[in-house]
Amino acid sequence: MAVAAATKRRLSRGETRSLITGLLFVSPWLLGFLIWTLYPLVSSVYYSFTRYDLVRPAIWIGLGNYQEMFFDDARFWTVVYNTIYYVGLSVPLGVMTAFLMASLLNTKLVLRSTFRAIFYIPSIVPAVCSAMVWLFIFNNQYGVINNVLRAAGRPIIPFLSSIEWAKPSLILISLWAQGTAVVIFLAALQDVPRSLYEAATVDGANALHRFWHITIPMCSPIILYNLVMSFIGAFQTFLMPYLLTNGGPMASTEFYAMNLYRQAFEFGRMGKACALAWVMALVVAVLTALLFRSSGSWVFYGGGDR
Amino acid sequence: MTAATQNVRVTAQQEGKSLSRVIPEIVKYLIVITLAVSYAFPLYWMISSALKTDPQVYRIPPVLVPNPAQWVNFINAWNSDNFTLYTFNSIFRYAIPYMLFTIASSSVVAYGFSRLRWPGRDKLFYLCIGTMLIPYTVTMVPLFIIFSQLKWIGTYWPMIFPALFGNAFYIFMLRQFFMTLPEELAEAARIDGASELGIFFRIILPLARPALAVVALFSFMGTWNDYLGPLIYINKYTMYPLALGIQKLRNMMSQVGNAPLAYPYLMAVSTIAAAPIILIFFFAQRTFIEGIALTGLKG
Repeated sequence: MAVAAATKRRLSRGETRSLITGLLFVSPWLLGFLIWTLYPLVSSVYYSFTRYDLVRPAIWIGLGNYQEMFFDDARFWTVVYNTIYYVGLSVPLGVMTAFLMASLLNTKLVLRSTFRAIFYIPSIVPAVCSAMVWLFIFNNQYGVINNVLRAAGRPIIPFLSSIEWAKPSLILISLWAQGTAVVIFLAALQDVPRSLYEAATVDGANALHRFWHITIPMCSPIILYNLVMSFIGAFQTFLMPYLLTNGGPMASTEFYAMNLYRQAFEFGRMGKACALAWVMALVVAVLTALLFRSSGSWVFYGGGDR
Repeated sequence: MTAATQNVRVTAQQEGKSLSRVIPEIVKYLIVITLAVSYAFPLYWMISSALKTDPQVYRIPPVLVPNPAQWVNFINAWNSDNFTLYTFNSIFRYAIPYMLFTIASSSVVAYGFSRLRWPGRDKLFYLCIGTMLIPYTVTMVPLFIIFSQLKWIGTYWPMIFPALFGNAFYIFMLRQFFMTLPEELAEAARIDGASELGIFFRIILPLARPALAVVALFSFMGTWNDYLGPLIYINKYTMYPLALGIQKLRNMMSQVGNAPLAYPYLMAVSTIAAAPIILIFFFAQRTFIEGIALTGLKG
């Protein structure tokens, strides 16, 4: 469409040549976009109106999948509740703790790069390794925490096997593996001009004032970025609940993406899974748009090298 | 530090307020150390448990440093299943093809998005980075349908073939790097009659080696760590990557019903799988941090 708009303006010969060269260079991506992004998106709209199990041809059932989802499937609303619970807690907690950790790393600190490495590494080790470790640490019988609790004569904490604890435990793990956000925040903090702090100090602002009136506004674009990214990520959380609780106990950790995975790859209901995916995509798109709109009132684009 | 802050500090010290400076420092270190200990503990526990005997795993108070360390756990755990084959699959069937495909395609595309001027370029580029916002769950199922129609289920093609078409994240990273290269180099070659392809291969690519190394590093980690892709597409044990092999060991251990040494073995294999990533991080710490920060900040 960009190309069509450009040709309307009538290109000179040189421009046409550069357009062709440019398009040739980006053609792998352009082709890939059509095949691996646009076509799947469009076909998934079609499949969402069908019953399709990959073996028999797809059968058109109109709004059947959507109707079932909203009105005939009690599990769907449990899953929605679980997901809202998880996203609602893990995203704000994650962004706040990541920002706090980055702020601590941004001060004068002995062994700063060691601390940075310690905060960052959990987010890059293979997820399956983290899952095995947490499974072990949180185990009721053999886990280190419950062993200590038992020795102290206290009741054990059923981290992954009780409805009350399973979701908070998964949120805790998500807070452990967020080093990427910390590193991005740290880079933003280092870009805040020193002169601002010095000027404020001269004017008698204390550390808390400086943090609130300089650090946060100057970093607000990156706060928005991390908020959006972790928001989209949390909505799709799949691997940790899949490996640690497999959705249980009593479906209390069956989040949206896992329900979608089950419909598609355990029950062979491709059409239902596509319908679920589109509902999620719409919700995420609307909420992300709202986040961006709200940003006008709290994100400050004025400073730094922009 | 400017003269102004120094003045403030001097007057503060003159008034004997040094204690009010020390206490916040102590509080700060207490918070940082508490955080660091709790962040480091899980991976520390993984490594130390890998070196324990069965009774040591469950002993109270917890054994922090097993002595003597059971190094033999690593060998026995490794041989308890076909982990050599799984590692081979991870590297040669997945990581390396993916890496080569990604570097080849993403660098060409990034060149087109950065060093060439053509109408509509920036609009297409925004579309390209915009695709990064599309939740993968939306394309996961229709892509599976495509690949099952192509009869590619059970192979690594669904995971590596699309890499031939470039990856928005790496295109973005390489473009940012190409933009920093001086225009004069290419200009001189252009006057000498070099083609764009020639400029790309002979001038830009050799200069971009550090950036290509970052892409190689990140894409290796992405595939080595990937669980969901193989979970969906790989259905034979002989094709398993290491990540799925670890989960298989866990299932084997729990089927036997608390098999002896279940946790030390599981931790040993997990340690081996995490080791390359941790080592890469320590060797390339700067590259890592800068790469992450760059993509975050300019995004």
